Amino acid sequence: MSTAAPVIATRRIIPGFGLTLGFALAYLGLVVLLPLSATFIRSADLSAAEWWAAVSSPRVVASYRLTFGVSLLAALANVVFGVIAAWVLVRYRFPGRRLVDALVDLPFALPTAVAGIALTALYAPNGWLGAPLAKIGPEGIKVAYTALGVWVALTFIGLPFVIRTVQPVLEELEPELEEAAASLGATRLQTLWRVVLPALRPSILTGFALAFARAVGEYGSVVFIAGNMPMKTEITPLLIVTKLEQYDYAGATALAVAMLVVSFALLLLINVLQLWSRRQGQ
Amino acid sequence: MNFRIPLFAALVALAPGLASAKNVRLLNVSYDPTREFYVEFNKAFATHWKAKTGDTVTVQQSHGGSSKQARSVIDGLGADVVTLALSADIDAIAERTGRIPADWQTRLPAASTPYTSTIVFLVRKGNPLGIKDWDDLVKPGVSVITANPKTSGAARWSYLAAWAYAKHRYGSDDAARDFVTTLYKRVPVLDSGARGSTITFTQRGIGDVFLSWENEAFLALKERGEGEFEIVVPSLSVLAQPPVALVEANAKRKGNLEVAQAYLDYLYSPDGQRLAARHYYRPQHPEHADAADAARFPELERVTVDEEFGGWANAQATHFADGGVFDQIYGGK
Repeated sequence: MSTAAPVIATRRIIPGFGLTLGFALAYLGLVVLLPLSATFIRSADLSAAEWWAAVSSPRVVASYRLTFGVSLLAALANVVFGVIAAWVLVRYRFPGRRLVDALVDLPFALPTAVAGIALTALYAPNGWLGAPLAKIGPEGIKVAYTALGVWVALTFIGLPFVIRTVQPVLEELEPELEEAAASLGATRLQTLWRVVLPALRPSILTGFALAFARAVGEYGSVVFIAGNMPMKTEITPLLIVTKLEQYDYAGATALAVAMLVVSFALLLLINVLQLWSRRQGQ
Repeated sequence: MNFRIPLFAALVALAPGLASAKNVRLLNVSYDPTREFYVEFNKAFATHWKAKTGDTVTVQQSHGGSSKQARSVIDGLGADVVTLALSADIDAIAERTGRIPADWQTRLPAASTPYTSTIVFLVRKGNPLGIKDWDDLVKPGVSVITANPKTSGAARWSYLAAWAYAKHRYGSDDAARDFVTTLYKRVPVLDSGARGSTITFTQRGIGDVFLSWENEAFLALKERGEGEFEIVVPSLSVLAQPPVALVEANAKRKGNLEVAQAYLDYLYSPDGQRLAARHYYRPQHPEHADAADAARFPELERVTVDEEFGGWANAQATHFADGGVFDQIYGGK
């Protein structure tokens, strides 16, 4: 761990650094940077004032709030329940464990539109879950066609990320550490808080970042369940598509650029946090 | 190794035959609810073309929201013909790519619309809320399903129909604006396309009234049985003109100019008109429709976008452009 940083500076023992770095950069450039720069160039059709007007109109700002806010809440829910799920899958042996383990990956594989249609059918006021929920309380709990529905969809598609990043780290974590903590007089809560969680922190942050990023970019599953009401349940990716369908390519890319910048800033922040948490862990 | 020579020989033997009777592939890029109509029309046209020229035509269809389909053609989808929901969408292709001549709408009879339609209400069985006309839609407690007019052709026609009704009834644009604003307060879900809102209404059970293409409403009755829904015809609606056009540059490049033009002309033929009526489109020449099909279309006053709104370009700029009336209704900019 502690030698990770100076490796680049010292003489490299494994050959082929130049070649592989070249490939890595070319690949990254072709697959990621080229389409992204096209987005930036396209949005440059607008003047600065037009660009600002496009990305800061009230309807667009409301969609940022929904997209980033609900993505954050969904990622947080996945952190809490993902860590618990990973813990159960790693630490306990029970019948059907492998099946449950395989189920975790389903949201990765399922086409998001299918997920959206299934969730909407389930949570619509005449659906299996929607109908009983609508009877709770004086107003009833509405899920489909509200922000809550968006949260359900985003939680669903983000589920595997935290579990899959925490799981291998948890497997590597020796139970002896916890036993040592216990023999030194730590309570169970103290062991969890001071021994287990600090070791998991970087992987939890990674899982959180992945789940969050996935949720921010999600389109397919959300448009079915959101109801898509302007100012209320309209996500930014939907606004981008709406602008495209009105032949407003420049406006659509302006929104895309705004989202890219915000997402990149947030991911960068999470990376910094991760670095900090690793240092703390050492 | 052995079979290659016979195969080659067979190909050589067949080649002259292939050359004399051509296999032609046409691509018709259309909007959502025309699916069933064009399946049948394509068969009829293939038979007609085979009899006339001996060539075999296979027409491929592509369906989706009208604007989305137009955008695909703009982005390079090789459509020979487009049959869309709004002239504005075909205008967009013409303006942005030049693959359709600017005066396309004058090149075919009746402003390039072989069939027309209108917007009607679809309500639940027995019409429990007693919906009769547009005024009933803005009453408190009524829930109305329509799509987002910025992306859906049908929703744009519906919006304009509501506006036209209110303007006729209450006499001013301000009153019409208030009416439409209240109407959209009654809308709980805005899907991006017409098929999406059909599903919301018919399968999710949301809403009391669905503002629908007339042909889509008939189709919903047919597919779900007459026991679930009823059609209510308002006193006034809009004359919806879904136009067709030849994408000249694409058809020329593919050598399909003649057959693509014939395909569009065939829409105006007695056969094409009869099929349109069978699939719930109002034909330009009702005399060619089967009597039973023609009898299904109720009488109602249908206003045109040209008369009421000064043409599509105007309606688009005032109502549906960013910052237009529709955006203002939702408290956007």
